[in-house]
Amino acid sequence: MSSLKKETKYLPAFKAAFPHTIPILAGFGFLGMTYGIYMSASGFKWWHSTLISITVFAGSMQFVAVNMLLGAFNPIQSLAMTLMINARHLFYGISMLDKYKGTGIKKIYLIFGMCDETFSINYTADAPEDVDRGLFMFFVTLLDQFYWVLGSTLGGIFGSLVHFNTEGISFVMTSMFVVIFMEQWFKDKSHASALLGLGLSAFCLFVFGADNFIIPAMIAILGVLTFLNKPIEKGGSAV
Amino acid sequence: MTFTEQIITILMVVLGTMLTRFLPFLLFPSGKPTPKYIQYLGKVLPAAVFGMLVIYCLKDVSVFRGAHALPEFAAIMLVIILHYWKRQVLLSIAGGTVFYMLLVQLLF
Repeated sequence: MSSLKKETKYLPAFKAAFPHTIPILAGFGFLGMTYGIYMSASGFKWWHSTLISITVFAGSMQFVAVNMLLGAFNPIQSLAMTLMINARHLFYGISMLDKYKGTGIKKIYLIFGMCDETFSINYTADAPEDVDRGLFMFFVTLLDQFYWVLGSTLGGIFGSLVHFNTEGISFVMTSMFVVIFMEQWFKDKSHASALLGLGLSAFCLFVFGADNFIIPAMIAILGVLTFLNKPIEKGGSAV
Repeated sequence: MTFTEQIITILMVVLGTMLTRFLPFLLFPSGKPTPKYIQYLGKVLPAAVFGMLVIYCLKDVSVFRGAHALPEFAAIMLVIILHYWKRQVLLSIAGGTVFYMLLVQLLF
């Protein structure tokens, strides 16, 4: 009897969650495939992509991590850069404090799997009245990660089987960040912060060189944004 | 990089990612207001970080050497035009990447 009750609880939650994740299936399928192909073009095995997609599960960060793995060993810089790139998750978390409340043990996985796309679904979509809210969000998170892991595994296998000229494929990362930058630009009223990010980073790249500019750039960005706290918040006209 | 060093690097990325995801739930028990400074950073930091990442992607490109950054410039222009025009994330990314690959493989 109890197993029957469980089934009737899981299936409706899954059925309610799945339609919300269909757009992510296309997006993660494509980007995950590209990640897997990029990994294998960089000399990694397909299961490296699988394992990293299971443990890290942060799209843009995984592309940056390929660069880290190919460069010199610098764990502190890797950690600092991850914190900076993924700092936006802090604000997702703050927005989800109440929503994830009372979801029991599932809460750990809900937080672990809170990537941009999963956050945007779980933040905006509401589970139907007769569906367990925690389970609904759990399946959204699980399906999204499944698409990502599947895409990157298939991409890794495809990249190792099919040999084509991959020169220039690393530009996928540049295109991706240009698009993300533009999406953020469309959303923001003030562009001071976006321009500061570009300008200060370019300046630090010029001064410190390609291998050492990222930490000075992060410090400069945090410092200037903190210093400009008031002007930018008022509307950005002062910058 | 040795295999062990690669493992440590990935562990650092996992640690960093998990810190950013779990920290709010440990630091700000729900019900308490979030500090003003943190709210402010939440609004302004993403744009700056994405700008930094665009520069990071271009860090090894030089306007003085090789193709003088022409393929990068042309492909970024295409991404911007495509994205202004269609607003289709995947189309913009795929279009820019394929165009860049064709440029460096066939032209430069």
